[in-house]
Amino acid sequence: MGTLRHSPYCLICEPLWGLRVTVEDGKVLASSDPADLWTRQHPRILRASSVGFRPMPDPIPVYIHLLRAKDLIDREYARPLDVPALAREAHASTAHFSRSFKRAFGETPHQYLQRRRIERAKELLRGTALSVTEISLEVGSRSLGSFSTAFRDLVGEPPSRYARRWRGERPPPIPACFTLMYTRPVGSSSFREAGARRSG
Amino acid sequence: MIDKLSHTTIWVLDQDEALEFYTQKLGCEVHTDATMDDFRWLTVILPDDMGHQLILLEPGPPMMDAETGEQVKALVAKGVLGPGAFWTKDCRATYAELSARGVNFLSEPEERFYGIEATLRDNSGNWFSMTQPSEEYANPRG
Repeated sequence: MGTLRHSPYCLICEPLWGLRVTVEDGKVLASSDPADLWTRQHPRILRASSVGFRPMPDPIPVYIHLLRAKDLIDREYARPLDVPALAREAHASTAHFSRSFKRAFGETPHQYLQRRRIERAKELLRGTALSVTEISLEVGSRSLGSFSTAFRDLVGEPPSRYARRWRGERPPPIPACFTLMYTRPVGSSSFREAGARRSG
Repeated sequence: MIDKLSHTTIWVLDQDEALEFYTQKLGCEVHTDATMDDFRWLTVILPDDMGHQLILLEPGPPMMDAETGEQVKALVAKGVLGPGAFWTKDCRATYAELSARGVNFLSEPEERFYGIEATLRDNSGNWFSMTQPSEEYANPRG
């Protein structure tokens, strides 16, 4: 048994500066940060090697938990999801969660949620007769204004024009599961930067 | 002429856990479970599709080096791999049945131009469509 002399390190996350952890046989027995659920629930992130305590990252269990939060977004994007709620789904602290999510999936949870909502809105604009306002509410946006701005940032045109281009057209014969998985709009670099600033 | 696709490889994080999921949750049956040295050949079938084996395979040595194996596992765990689509005779009933067994669904059954479809994930991270195909989609030649 011993106390880590250096800050523990997780491959996905930043080094956990300032955190002191007591480990035995690679298992975390105590942590100076009671809010940091990950060090308690994922003791395999930290492993003691034969020469002192050398961190041995093990990303797979981390990914499994992050994916739970990502799937929650895909399932319940229409609800008012916030990052703390998503972090709870992944059994992580909020700050830790956003960083880890971005490392794993290349964007923050907020950006992912935003792009999922816009993707679902595009689907509704293509395939239903609902108004833009109705669709913005349907996908969980707080206001028509923020919805329209996000839509334009991501899709490159206003939702009304996107709808006009598609309505009346026969939708392309692409299975819906693939549009769900593959057609979240990528958006401009300014969207990605703005999202990064908003993260957390 | 090629007749049909008979085997599909599904990369899983742990063969025992995958076996439990595919048999207990999805309703598959074991076709072959054979071990030679360290290699375990594990395939399952759906009771109504005995001619198509799903190979539940753990990425890693000796087929690939350990580091590559970990990379493939990471892709599976991150949920980016979708091995294919299941068909069902009744999407809504099967959705209710599998949900009750704890299967994680990404989308609920919805009407599509090709039938009724839900999307599910296995316990490794692989995603699948689960579709009740319409008559004309199932039999495009009529």
